[in-house]
Amino acid sequence: MNNLILIIIGMAAVTYIPRLLPFFLLSNKQIPKRVDAFLKCIPVAAIGALIIPGVFSATPDMPMAAASGMAFTIIIGLWRGGIIIPVLGSVAVTYLVLFFTA
Amino acid sequence: MTKEVQDAFKSGIPIFIGYVPAAIAFGILSKGCEITLLESFLFSAVVFAGASQFIALNLLMTGMGPGGIILTTLLVNFRHFLMSAYLATRIGRIAKRYKFMMAFGVTDEVFSVLSFQKGRLSKPFIFILEISAYTGWVTGTLAGYILGGFLPEILTISMGVALYALLLAMLLPEIKKSVKALILTISSGLLNTFLIKLDFLPNGWTIIVCILVIALAGSFFIVDEVQEEIYE
Repeated sequence: MNNLILIIIGMAAVTYIPRLLPFFLLSNKQIPKRVDAFLKCIPVAAIGALIIPGVFSATPDMPMAAASGMAFTIIIGLWRGGIIIPVLGSVAVTYLVLFFTA
Repeated sequence: MTKEVQDAFKSGIPIFIGYVPAAIAFGILSKGCEITLLESFLFSAVVFAGASQFIALNLLMTGMGPGGIILTTLLVNFRHFLMSAYLATRIGRIAKRYKFMMAFGVTDEVFSVLSFQKGRLSKPFIFILEISAYTGWVTGTLAGYILGGFLPEILTISMGVALYALLLAMLLPEIKKSVKALILTISSGLLNTFLIKLDFLPNGWTIIVCILVIALAGSFFIVDEVQEEIYE
């Protein structure tokens, strides 16, 4: 077995185990209220950190392009809601801004 | 097609679109690192964890050994432990074999979409979402390796924006309902920016610290409003 296959297997194990364990540690048990409150706050906390500051370097040479795409998502998302149009629209807007400023 | 399946595809498509260009980049880079097509495929198919795969390539090039690379991967991907912990409370009682399968597909984006679904998470929804993400990641890797940069660069860059747009689109209804959700989100983003600027935590740990600190703060001050409706 070469080194790289060993690395891949090791990486797969240390990635999979943390993803798996909580499903067996937490389910089917009564979770204390305090812990439950904490778990409920995980999504917004995680997503905030996943978006900021990454989004500002999504189009490194032309930050305005990603910003325009996000502006489109915010406007359409707040106005009409939905997923597909806000997302595909933001890609299209970003593309157009990059295309015409390049 | 039931509404649920439709909804799963509606969220799965943006993830697919976002993953493809990132995976193409991984395919191209791995080829440049003198890795075989099979190995590149195995990276994406078996590890299935975006950022850590890029980091592993970098470390390989610096000549780091397996131990160091695997330890780094553990640190980078450990945030999924917290995400799975949240998801575990949302799936109800399901057979063990499904848990083994769905745990494999817990990525940042899959987690984010799932966490904003109302009510109990169903198996079809989870698996459609995870399979969309996985298909995008694996096919993108192969396409990048075999075809190279076949898409125009500005198109690939624009497609990458899809992942942020997806997160934002899902967050907006929450923010609209609750100012406190907005405050939590922004605080977490600001804290993350600050931690990255300080530059003393290993890659991936700024997000872990943000989740721990912000969710803890949230659990003390604002437990009633955030996510209450989604959760029940």
